[in-house]
This record gives sequence, C-alpha cells and structure tokens, in this order.
Amino acid sequence: MKSAVVLLPGLNRDRDMIAALTKISGQAPATVWQTDTEIPDVDLIAIPGGFSFGDYLRCGAIAARMPVMRAVAEKAAKGVTVIGVCNGFQILVEAGLLPGALMRNASLKFVCRQVKLEIANANTMFTRRYQPGQIIRSPVAHHDGNYFADAETLARIEGEGQVVFRYAENTNPNGSINDIAGIVNDKGNVLGLMPHPENLIEAAHGGEDGRALFQSALGIAA
Amino acid sequence: MKARITVTLKNGVLDPQGKAIEHALSGLGFDGVGQVRQGKVFDVELTGTDKAKAEADLKAMCDKLLANTVIENYAVEIA
Repeated sequence: MKSAVVLLPGLNRDRDMIAALTKISGQAPATVWQTDTEIPDVDLIAIPGGFSFGDYLRCGAIAARMPVMRAVAEKAAKGVTVIGVCNGFQILVEAGLLPGALMRNASLKFVCRQVKLEIANANTMFTRRYQPGQIIRSPVAHHDGNYFADAETLARIEGEGQVVFRYAENTNPNGSINDIAGIVNDKGNVLGLMPHPENLIEAAHGGEDGRALFQSALGIAA
Repeated sequence: MKARITVTLKNGVLDPQGKAIEHALSGLGFDGVGQVRQGKVFDVELTGTDKAKAEADLKAMCDKLLANTVIENYAVEIA
C-alpha cells in the first residue's frame, strides 16, 4: 500500500509518521511539500502533528490555505484515505475537510500524557481492526485540542457515527465536547484525531495500541 | 485606506482564555467585572480607493482566512 506524508514548516512529528507508515506498510511513504500542487498516486495521505507556521493566527489556519492542501482536498474528494493527527487534525478542520473547530484546551495548559480512547465506531475504514467499544491507550501532546461544533453539527456527526474516538475513563485532556478525540467526514475517508497513534505502534513504544488504526486504514491484516 | 477588522468568539462558544482573564481581573481587585471575552484585531492597509470594493475584499479575507466562522464573528471598519 502506497502512502504520502504532507510536510509543512513547523511540523515536528513527520518523522514519527514516516517511521510508523514505513514499518506498518512495508514501504516508505512519499513526501509532499507545502507548495506541491500534485500528490502522487497513493492509497493514504497523512498529515502529521506539530506546529505548522508557528500556530500563527489559529492552529492549522495558514497550513490549510497552502497549495498542497488543495491537492489533498482533491484526493479526498476522489475517495483517497486521509489521516490528520494533532496539528494535522487542526489543518483538516481549518481546510473545511472535517466539521467543527479545535480550540484552546479548557485548562489553558499544554497537555503531554497518555490517555484512554474508546473506539466509538468500529465500523469505519480506520477502526475495523478494533473491537466496538474497545478501550485503547494513546499519547496526546497539544495545546489546542478542545473540539467544538455547534449543536446542529454535533447532533449530525453523533447521529451519523462520525465520532470515531472518544476520550474514555475520565481522561479527556482538553475539555472536548462529548469527549470527542477523533472524527471522520461524512464520506468516511478522512479522519482527524488529536491523539498520536503513530507513537504507540511497537513494543519499544511501550505498546502497539495505535497499530490497528494504520492496519485498518491501509487494509492490512492485523 | 486603513481598515480595522475585529474578530470575536460567537456567543455560546467557550472562551477559556477570556475566563482566565476575567479571574485575573477579579484577583487584581477590580470589582464588578462580568464576563470577559477575548478577541483579535487586525489593522489592514489597503492601496485602493474604492470603499465598496475594499469592504467586499475585507469580508472575503475574513471568510477565507482571518476568521474561523465556525466559532468566530467578525466586524469590518474602514477609516
């Protein structure tokens, strides 16, 4: 399975994402730069975490307007799988590829810790290798992960099963509405999540709870 | 031409930064401070002279970049 990783100035989790995709898919992902207007023919595009453009204006706001994101949007519209982690999630909501917004953590503090996630919908292309309701561990590291959507949008995404990951066991680190940690778009091929599954994929990480997400998205057997 | 754009959070959107400022003001002994909401101000210089076009452009700038209309409102003021 071929993948590509989007690179933008200020991202700092790109190497982790490249390592995870290389180890799980068996081949190194292509990389695309912010000014690229075309993305090679791949099955999965990943937008890593970090602080693109120094989080100026709003987290992800500047990155979302870069040429490469128009290319990502075109690929997403054609059904290519897209994953945005952390800043990548913020970029996807700013680009309008996912509903809602990510605001400053309710505590106003940067949080860097491990949380528990519930698989709120195991019937997506990103979670099919998990069990419904399964609780997994995942690291988080962010300052602006407080998911917000207006009442109408919230009712819609909850009703349509677009909430895929939820902070579980009172580990919501940021005040996200309905404990939302990750959502998919209405077509189900674009995922954004604040936690970092790419940082928990092998024994050296202390566990491989995040591995099944990439196996699901890449269509690889568990 | 000079313009000022003010971006504020919509009603009903939680503003933890505004809340922290509100508490800090109370802590400084300012009585009678109700709710505080934090926003942003952009001062934009424009080279054109057509005020109507400027207003339309500024609104487009807000919609496309300066404000996230999911959570924010904006107001455009041309000096």
